[in-house]
Amino acid sequence: MYLSTIDRPKTARGRALFLVSGNVFALGAVSLVTDISSEMVTAILPVYLMIGLHLSPALYGVVDGTYTGATAFLRLIGGYIADRSRRRKAVAGFGYGLSAVAKLGLLAAGSSVGAIGAVIAIDRTGKGLRTAPRDTLITLSTPPQLYGRAFGVHRMMDTIGAFAGPLVAVGILAATAQAYDAVFVASFCIAAFGVLLLVLFVRDHRDKQPPKNTVAPSALRELLRRGPVRRLVLAACVAGMVTIGDGFVYLLLQRREDLSIGWFPLLAVGTNLSYLLLATPLGILADKIGRLKVVLGGYTALVLVYLLLFGPFGGWPLLVVVLGLYGLFYASTDGVLMALAGPLLPEGFRTTGIALIQTGQAVSYLGSSILFGLAWTIWGPASASRIAAGLVVAAVFVVALLLRGISPRTEQPA
Amino acid sequence: MTRRVLIAVLGALLLAAVGVTYSVFTTTHDRTPVAAADGLSLTGPRIMFRSTAPGSKGRLAMVAKNDPGGPRSVSALNCLRVYAAGGTGTCLRQDGALTTFQIAILDKNLQVQKAIPLVGVPNRTRVSADGRMAAWTVFVAGDSYNNGRFSTRSGLIDLKTLDMVDSLEFLSVTLDGHPYKAADLNFWGITFTADDNHFYATMSTAGHRYLVEGDIAARTVRTITVNVECPSLSPDGRRIAFKSAIDGNPAKGWRLTVLDLATGARTPLAETRTVDDQPAWLDSDTIGYAIPHGPADSDIWSVPANGSGHPALLIPQAESPAALN
Repeated sequence: MYLSTIDRPKTARGRALFLVSGNVFALGAVSLVTDISSEMVTAILPVYLMIGLHLSPALYGVVDGTYTGATAFLRLIGGYIADRSRRRKAVAGFGYGLSAVAKLGLLAAGSSVGAIGAVIAIDRTGKGLRTAPRDTLITLSTPPQLYGRAFGVHRMMDTIGAFAGPLVAVGILAATAQAYDAVFVASFCIAAFGVLLLVLFVRDHRDKQPPKNTVAPSALRELLRRGPVRRLVLAACVAGMVTIGDGFVYLLLQRREDLSIGWFPLLAVGTNLSYLLLATPLGILADKIGRLKVVLGGYTALVLVYLLLFGPFGGWPLLVVVLGLYGLFYASTDGVLMALAGPLLPEGFRTTGIALIQTGQAVSYLGSSILFGLAWTIWGPASASRIAAGLVVAAVFVVALLLRGISPRTEQPA
Repeated sequence: MTRRVLIAVLGALLLAAVGVTYSVFTTTHDRTPVAAADGLSLTGPRIMFRSTAPGSKGRLAMVAKNDPGGPRSVSALNCLRVYAAGGTGTCLRQDGALTTFQIAILDKNLQVQKAIPLVGVPNRTRVSADGRMAAWTVFVAGDSYNNGRFSTRSGLIDLKTLDMVDSLEFLSVTLDGHPYKAADLNFWGITFTADDNHFYATMSTAGHRYLVEGDIAARTVRTITVNVECPSLSPDGRRIAFKSAIDGNPAKGWRLTVLDLATGARTPLAETRTVDDQPAWLDSDTIGYAIPHGPADSDIWSVPANGSGHPALLIPQAESPAALN
């Protein structure tokens, strides 16, 4: 199936919903397949490390924490190289390939803590490297007025893969009588298929770019000298800074509702389901009414989530409403923010710009989780989550002020 | 276009063949399973454990206490961690789907009496000396206040009243004499006292690991001292065997140590290798523990509880020891 239908008139409404360029669809398929592969491993890794290898969680923590900073930095480097060489597909492909090889590395690492840490770092590096070039390719394959729809469809396909992954892993474990190595090999094969899809069906957009190599080593500084870019990065940091993290939201829900701990993993499933269903419609809505409005609406949903955690009603309605709103928050911010940023970043710097925004968001999010932990300790969870809600309200205003009128042309209805 | 599709299909077939071949290879490569013994029961003097030997990997098994290297009786139960005392056994095991686990409560004849769902990877389990109380610890991945690290949750149940504490985080904490609340509270390694109301465990918060004493009826825990992990109360109730982080830093490994509760004296044991296990009292003078070697394999060792002597290999290809008296 090759949907190069963007220029065709929209006929049937049902079909029109998912119409995106062939390249975006191909990138979505690559993400779907790759997410199956990576979520398969994510689902069994804790069990494998602790039951199979007797790795203590303290050591895993050391392994895990050390590389967070390094991968954030590598993401920027990857974005810069992609812009400089104008080979987004190659850099993204290298990232996908690195993660695929890491799956085999898990087998080769045996029970050596150092080797496993290195393999996990390689996997993270691959993920860090591919995200920004991939998002850039989505923008380069789509007319600016349809960015929201393109990102919506892509994120939907991505989340479908994340759903299927654990199920595939369960199937393989059941069929092979708990052979973890068989899951790693299967995960590698699926990831390799993802790379094959990328190589065969994703087109690079080098032809569309300026003929002269305009990306100097000082690209980052040049990029930050642009007012709109600076405001975007700042807005992304502010937004990241007020997001307290899924773990806290689920933990508070679990306490509030006195849920049996067995239900805990299902909270994330509920959020993902809502995210999956809403990503495309909200992307389309963002193209229609303006991306900033949808992003701000998403953060408003987040305010409601934080307030409802200690709000007036409970029981099943609370769970459904909170998880629905939480998925709505993701659906209206993750891809839509990229759709908002895309037109403001000059094509020559776009990957670096996207990497910068994503890194800023990730780093400030990390900081906010630590700060929220402190607030919880000092004021207790109820006050802490209300303070967080208040801060999100403030952030909505700050982001609105920062980004108001930032992209008048593309904010017009398509 | 058509050629690309053809290449993609061929690639998919090739990769699928690789995956399937490997799966078939690993599955058939396993050795023939050991037949389960009939009429096993939780009676001593024996040592119960989880086998890691080929053919009986993961199965609950037993050896005679006076001949631990001798023939083992293997049960049909598949467990990840096991323990038993006072005619009650616990088996932490997978519960069908991938990320769900349960604690199975076993009676004297290893029949499952009750199963409680757990979320997270099984890590420790203990039963009180008279078999009335059962406890568990699991690891939960990815709580984001931990920056994606593992956090632990410990719970316990009174098998007589069926009163359950889902997670010790829900108890009131007193730290150094003051009430304390925090999001990053983690508990692991419960061990019960003889009165079936008090217990000891490890609590971590803000980078410190404390020995705590809990009161189940009052729903409280209070800190006693620092740097004590995975406590295990001696049969006389006066000493606690535990793993002590070297220089207070778990990244450097752990030394098996015994704490005298009355005097506070700490005696490092003769085992100098790092031990990441909740020690088990095999009798009032001997500690048993597992030392892993290679993927999915480990041995049970023993060492005198007074700091003298040398560690000795007790049961090869085994872990999770429990002495049955």
